Amino acid sequence: MKILLKNIEEPDYTGSIQDYRRKGGYTAVSKAIKEMTPEEIVEEVKKSGIRGRGGAGFPTGVKWGFIPKNTDKPIYLICNADEGEPGTFKDRIIIERDPHLLLEGIIITSYAIKSHQAYLYIRGEFVYGANRLNSAIREAAEAGYIGKDILGSGYNLDVQIHRGAGGYICGEETALLESLEGKRGWPRIKPPFPAAEGAFRCPTIVNNVETLANIPFIINNGGESYAEIGVKNSTGTKLFCLSGHINKPGIYEFPLGISLRSLIYEHGGGIKNNNKLKGVIPGGSSMPVLASDEIDVSMDFDSLANIGSALGSAGVIVMDETVDMVDVSLNVAKFYAHESCGQCTPCREGMPWMRDIISRIKDGKGKKEDIDTLLDITYNVEGKTICPFGEAGAWPIRAFVNKFREDFEKHIN
Amino acid sequence: MEFSQETKQKFQEILSHYPVKTAAVLPAVHLAQEEFGYVSEEIIEYLAKFMDMSPVFLKNTVSFYTMFKGKETGKYLIQVCHTLSCSLMGAGNIIDYIKEKLNIDVWETTPDKKFTLVKVECLGSCGTAPVMQINDDYYENLTEEKIDEILSRLS
Ligand SMILES: Cc1cc2nc3c(=O)[nH]c(=O)nc-3n(C[C@H](O)[C@H](O)[C@H](O)COP(=O)(O)O)c2cc1C
Ligand code: SF4
Ligand code: FES
Repeated sequence: MKILLKNIEEPDYTGSIQDYRRKGGYTAVSKAIKEMTPEEIVEEVKKSGIRGRGGAGFPTGVKWGFIPKNTDKPIYLICNADEGEPGTFKDRIIIERDPHLLLEGIIITSYAIKSHQAYLYIRGEFVYGANRLNSAIREAAEAGYIGKDILGSGYNLDVQIHRGAGGYICGEETALLESLEGKRGWPRIKPPFPAAEGAFRCPTIVNNVETLANIPFIINNGGESYAEIGVKNSTGTKLFCLSGHINKPGIYEFPLGISLRSLIYEHGGGIKNNNKLKGVIPGGSSMPVLASDEIDVSMDFDSLANIGSALGSAGVIVMDETVDMVDVSLNVAKFYAHESCGQCTPCREGMPWMRDIISRIKDGKGKKEDIDTLLDITYNVEGKTICPFGEAGAWPIRAFVNKFREDFEKHIN
Repeated sequence: MEFSQETKQKFQEILSHYPVKTAAVLPAVHLAQEEFGYVSEEIIEYLAKFMDMSPVFLKNTVSFYTMFKGKETGKYLIQVCHTLSCSLMGAGNIIDYIKEKLNIDVWETTPDKKFTLVKVECLGSCGTAPVMQINDDYYENLTEEKIDEILSRLS
């Protein structure tokens, strides 16, 4: 069952509008705009049960329903193509190889939330992707899917690419809004949530690339058929990104609920050099690591939460037995220390502090108490910050220490 | 210094997609970096005048973003990812190899101003680690041989 890679995996597929239409593309836009009301689309998406693919897993249809009714302000759609979570490289493949799939999702979503202006915020480094999208937008406009009076319906939509300029935090939705407005990417205090007050203080929906790329399928096939894919509370297929010590790294699309073991050993070809598995991060570097005896878990939102981790962005980072978790946690701590926006004290101070303690441990200068200090810091950051970046940096460190404490102790004695 | 006519037109076109002018700040700074190669204080002053905006506001924004460079770099900016997946796949060795080959340290530029070497965080290409970006282009699945070949092709 492929929804997102269906076209991409065809050998001669170029991603041009001709190719996309040959594969049945843009039929969902016609159906949505000509045969459905915006409310019916939101209803269909609610029925599908799809949850956001950007990391937080919020139900997409429910979020769209938060746009205030009868607002006299303009409404904005923002496609989050910041793709910055370490271990994640799934949105890029859609952008570069099937840009019209994403655009079709953006057009339908804009119509559903009654927006006439969509922004596609793409990380600055994806220069090729931004160019690719720009030419796809031109193609779609020429074909009458974007612009004024789309398909003779009277509905107007402009889609504009907005390039970021570096900074992981700009993927956090309110930081992204600040960045879009020309400011530093500093997260805003919530509430108000973007649906009530987002871009330019107007109602705004922010959705991830992969989320939006699922919308054409839902419109073509109905929310119920989408809900039949996957497992309870985690419907549909998901792009899994395999990286690290694995024989066949890459992007894989499977229904949610596939086991992590089968992802790694069956599809990913197992661990490099026939080594043993030591640990695996299931959802991008912000999510707690799993030990090698925890991989029979089902890859869905609830099952991973139940064992104290999370699906996150489904960036699966595999680590073999040669890895020292002190090195790994130092790499992760350095990332979060570097990327903290510095607005709140626990995060601004806590991240570098953790980095420095781990660095000291690695250099053989650690003290016994350091390990517990590390844990303390994670608890003093968690829940005490403006944005979830605090947890994103604290959770993984806590899990490395708790699950691989002996690696830390080895450097101390 | 001044934007070319073509860039000014591009800017006007961009502006037409936003309800407020400040939203065109990032696009404008990108245009400046493309045209001038970097965004010095002087360039920010010009941009502020061009956009009829406070230079302090502009400076505050520009300084936040890692891709905006305050000074000239080498003709080729080599940006090697050193985040987790790349690090697991040997980014450290790749960086050492480039350092040795170009005889510079990280954050330095070769005397002929051809190459500048920097370390960057995850480039969103972890499945083909280790990865680097040189100017706008990605280079993936790096090995020492590949680096020899890539660098020798750049003139
Ligand atoms: C630190 C941080 C970084 C984030 N980075 C991204 C990102 O790169 N891409 C993304 O789509 N969502 C990212 N998110 C999640 C967004 O805030 C937001 O939840 C998401 O874009 C909503 O879209 P969805 O409902 O379709 O998932 C990030 C969140 C945090 C806290
Ligand atoms: S938690 Fe960190 S990244 Fe988020 S707002 Fe506070 S300082 Fe900035
Ligand atoms: S870790 Fe290097 S590209 Fe993601």
